[in-house]
Amino acid sequence: MIDWIIILQAGIATGTILLFAAIGEILAERSGVMNLGVEGMMLIGAMTAYSTAVKTGHPWQGVLYAMLAAGVLALLHAVVTINFQADQVVSGLAINFVGIGLSMVLGEGLSKAGAVSLLPVWTVPLLSKIPILGPIMFTHHSPMVYLGYLLTPAVWFYINRTRPGLHLRAVGEYPSAADALGINVYGLRYLYVFIGGLLAGLAGATISLAVSPGWFSELTTGGQGWIAVGLVIFAQWNPWRAAAGGYMFGALRRLILDLQGPQTLLWFKNPFFYAPKLGFFLQMAPYVLVIIILIIGSREAMKKRMGAPAALGNPYVRGERGL
Amino acid sequence: MAVSENAARGFRFPYAIRTERRLTTPGWLPIATTIGALAVAFVIGGVVIQAAGGHPIAAYEHIVQAAFGSLGVFNDTLVKAIPLILVGLACTLAFRMKLWNIGAEGQFYLGAWGASAVVLLPILPATTPRPIMLATMAVAGFICGAVWGFIPGFLKAKLRVNEIITTLMLNYIATSWVLFWVFGSWSEAGFQMSPQFPKSAWMPRLLDYAKQVKIFSGMTLHAGLLLGLVAVVVVWFIISRSRWGYEIRLIGDNPRAAYYAGVDIIKNTVLVMMVSGGLAGLAGMSEVTGVVHRLQGAISSNYGFTGIIIAWLAKLNPFAVIVVSILFGGLIQAGREIQPSGVPRMLQGIILFCVIASDVLLKYRVRVVRK
Repeated sequence: MIDWIIILQAGIATGTILLFAAIGEILAERSGVMNLGVEGMMLIGAMTAYSTAVKTGHPWQGVLYAMLAAGVLALLHAVVTINFQADQVVSGLAINFVGIGLSMVLGEGLSKAGAVSLLPVWTVPLLSKIPILGPIMFTHHSPMVYLGYLLTPAVWFYINRTRPGLHLRAVGEYPSAADALGINVYGLRYLYVFIGGLLAGLAGATISLAVSPGWFSELTTGGQGWIAVGLVIFAQWNPWRAAAGGYMFGALRRLILDLQGPQTLLWFKNPFFYAPKLGFFLQMAPYVLVIIILIIGSREAMKKRMGAPAALGNPYVRGERGL
Repeated sequence: MAVSENAARGFRFPYAIRTERRLTTPGWLPIATTIGALAVAFVIGGVVIQAAGGHPIAAYEHIVQAAFGSLGVFNDTLVKAIPLILVGLACTLAFRMKLWNIGAEGQFYLGAWGASAVVLLPILPATTPRPIMLATMAVAGFICGAVWGFIPGFLKAKLRVNEIITTLMLNYIATSWVLFWVFGSWSEAGFQMSPQFPKSAWMPRLLDYAKQVKIFSGMTLHAGLLLGLVAVVVVWFIISRSRWGYEIRLIGDNPRAAYYAGVDIIKNTVLVMMVSGGLAGLAGMSEVTGVVHRLQGAISSNYGFTGIIIAWLAKLNPFAVIVVSILFGGLIQAGREIQPSGVPRMLQGIILFCVIASDVLLKYRVRVVRK
């Protein structure tokens, strides 16, 4: 039997990882800087969080250090793309390689670390009593999940309804106009790339200290950073859509695991149980789905004539022509 | 570059650093900055290795020894360089058009799968003469890689779907696809690998000629190197000497101008992605026929991703790809025994990072001036 409540509950927990990473990337891209290094930053975050928790026994300290470590990596990207005007795609890839390699080097032997104190698990009183939603959303979740519930509306409100949010959008859409109005284009881009790094680090810490605890070298993130980058495009740079997409992917990952367990599915013999090699097609599913939602997203964007922040990918040089 | 102006105001330092835009870039400068960036990268890498409890000098000494120290190890380095050359070319071609093909890894897997299918489905019997067998495998590998490049190319050209994400996702799909076959129909006695190919599907190796030339004994260098070198010349010809290459470069440098000049951007996007994928597929083919002689789950040690770094380090010059591939082949070859195990990956990342950071020196002149 497949228990949908459990799948959705696990989906919310796993989806929180994608939510943090995607919202961080949304903030960076809204300011005009694409950072493809999310996977590497998440991995550094996951490694730092886990090793800090091992050494100090304080998981929250691990979360803090994870965010800072990923933030520092993001700042490297900021220097190279904002000051040196390097190509954002290549620099993002470099950040990725550095992040993956560095976390493998520094995380050597960490997988055999033994018992580690992880983030706590909370059940919200009252709210967890709501039928269906209670067990899915408010029962036995790490604090990170609840933080995700708060972060999504907060970031949406910040981007769309506040003055600093307006500045953020201006810098990403029309930096020279923003500059003329006295907005510090370079400074804001630095800030939001850094915040994007902090959130990627938070996503990494959520993996290694809450959702699937442990350090499994580069397999710890398993491509989730890339899925987050894809989600940003699907989400059309809107935190709500990013959150929805994140939870959906989280649930899908759990569903894939659970589909291989039971002997019968509905009234049929479960093909994935009797021919385990078919499971490889199940493993492809999330990645195929990313491609499908990108196709849907881009058709929608073409129809509505909306899309990426206009200055996304372009370095801003004061006094030069162009955006 | 707002850094310089007020940097020294606080304590009235008599000199100031000025940056100004270069109007021309001297020819020796890109080489000098690349070498400088490499040096800086190795210093930074050394600091990290030291911090992680390793011995940087010993590690670097080991890398040089284990990669270039003797004819035998240099042979191994060259064997590692073969797939890197092909994958580096794949990235070079796509990047020239500013098409971000990050999917060489998946195209490599598909190419290896396609080549293996010739033997394992089987399409040709094991008794087929070697030249026909290898040629068919090469074509199959190229086609399968090209198909894997066609998907993101078509999606990009027709539906404006971001090719970075699609190529990456196709990497994961490709590895699962290969695993499905090596765990399933092609599995040898339940192991996650196919049976060994018949000898007719083995790329000729130097050691095959050890009877005639003594020094070749034990040398595993295979004919894939020739394939790679031919591909270098072909890609160089396409990019620098053909009308098609002119269109590719035009689209890469200024897509709007290309559009107004009547260049068919849609057709070129699909074609370049297909040829790029095909080259990566050839790399997969050369690896299964020249080195592994069977299909298995782990055939690539991140060659596809290393190709990105190689293309960039070679400044998208096909001939430079050879040199850089040999250097990186050495790094991968020697890195297998280095602890901690992530060192080669990390060094690759730091090298790429330093190289793109150093590119600023090509655009700007940094001067120390008296106030």
